[in-house]
This record gives sequence, C-alpha cells and structure tokens, in this order.
Amino acid sequence: MKYKYKVGCSLENLQGIRDFIRTSLKNHGISELEISEMVLALDEMCSNLMIHAHDCNPNELFELEIVIDQNKPVVFEIIDDGSVFDINQFSEPSMDNLIHEKRKGGLGIRLVKSIMDSVEYGKSGNKNICRLVKRVQVN
Amino acid sequence: MVHIKRLQEDGIDIIAPVGEIDASSSIELDLTIAKSVGEGFAKILVDCGALEYISSAGLGVFMSYIDEFKDKNVKMVLFGMSEKVANTFEILGLYDLLTIAPDKAEAKKKVNEV
Repeated sequence: MKYKYKVGCSLENLQGIRDFIRTSLKNHGISELEISEMVLALDEMCSNLMIHAHDCNPNELFELEIVIDQNKPVVFEIIDDGSVFDINQFSEPSMDNLIHEKRKGGLGIRLVKSIMDSVEYGKSGNKNICRLVKRVQVN
Repeated sequence: MVHIKRLQEDGIDIIAPVGEIDASSSIELDLTIAKSVGEGFAKILVDCGALEYISSAGLGVFMSYIDEFKDKNVKMVLFGMSEKVANTFEILGLYDLLTIAPDKAEAKKKVNEV
C-alpha cells in the first residue's frame, strides 16, 4: 500500500503531515507507540527540511511517500529539490553540550537516529530522495 | 497547535499545554515559561496531562532553561505524561536531566523539596 502527501514548506503544515502519517499507519496492526515514534521521526525530518533546505518558504513543495506492505519494513521517502541536509554527516553534540550551547537542532537528529533503522540519501533526476526505513510488525 | 493554560496554587505556577508542541508552536511554551520566571515564580509545574505530542523543538525549550534555573534557583517539575510523550523523553535520556513525576501530588512534593 502506498500513501502520498504533497505539502509546502511552512512549519504550520507539520500538524497536517503528522495527521497524514497517523492515518496512513493505522489499520496495519502497528502498535500505537511505534506509530507515535515514526510520526516523531518524520516530523523532525520534515521540519529540518523546511528550515534548512527551503527557508520555510510555503511555495516550495516536497512529497512524502509511505510504503506499507505485509511482513516488510515500513519505508518513508521524502522527495524534494532543495539542498541536501544529510543527518548522517552531522556530528551529534553530547547531551551536555546540547544544554550549555542550546544547540536545539541536535536533539531531533538524535531522535531520528534512535527511532529509524536506516536513513539514506539518493537522487532521481534532479530530485533528492531521503529514504527512512523502520522495521515493525505489519499485518 | 497548542494552547497553554496557567494557574497558580500555593505559590506554585502550573503551566498546562493542551495539544501538540512542534517546531511551529514551541515558541508558545518558551514564552509561557519566560513569563512565569519573569513574574518571579521559583516553583513551576508543567502539567502534561493534555499534552498529546512533543517534538524536539519543545524538548529543546525545557532543556534551554536548565542552566538558567540552576543559577536562579528555580525548580521545574513535569508531570502527568502519557505513555507516548514519556517515551519521547526516554529516547533522549531526558529523565536524567529534567525532573519528571508521575502525578501532581508527587510533582508538588518534588518542587517543594529543599
């Protein structure tokens, strides 16, 4: 099953993105807690993308795709044409530094890496594709 | 979308966010805490009973006050989190950095500890 959502880069749209993910993931036998973790990871990725790659310009759009198949991991793809902000290249500050330097951004990346099994970046034509995979029991 | 209620009990300021705190709404939480401190409250409870969701932007707000609260001797205790919200704090190990209580009675006890 494939679900698609296209949205502008305004932080106001994060609520709609979370609702789309919740609606897509329910009815597949995935636990509430696992759904809430995936919603959180995607919210962090989308807000990062809006802020760092699109300066929160509501006229710049990106796509979110979710593929859910029985006995397979859930795959999320974030597709856009902005600059790439690769979280795998980002060195995580220690929690201590996060407090003292108030580098709030590092928290979100830590959450995504803790929740998702993999985060990979690729290209298709002039589009960037960020692919996030989460292994969960899908019925 | 978040709506933040405030009420005072026995000299304690109780901040109650209702709804979801994300990158677009975390500023509301920041402003409310800043206001409470500005008004001179040294004991702050955050009632998370109606907090349905929090992302790193909201967690970052709580963390940004840790140093300031130490300097000013302000105590902040969070309580009443749902399992999902508590899980977000747990993933980041924030239980070691923030004071979190299961319910209001425990939270009051903790905020009144010397």
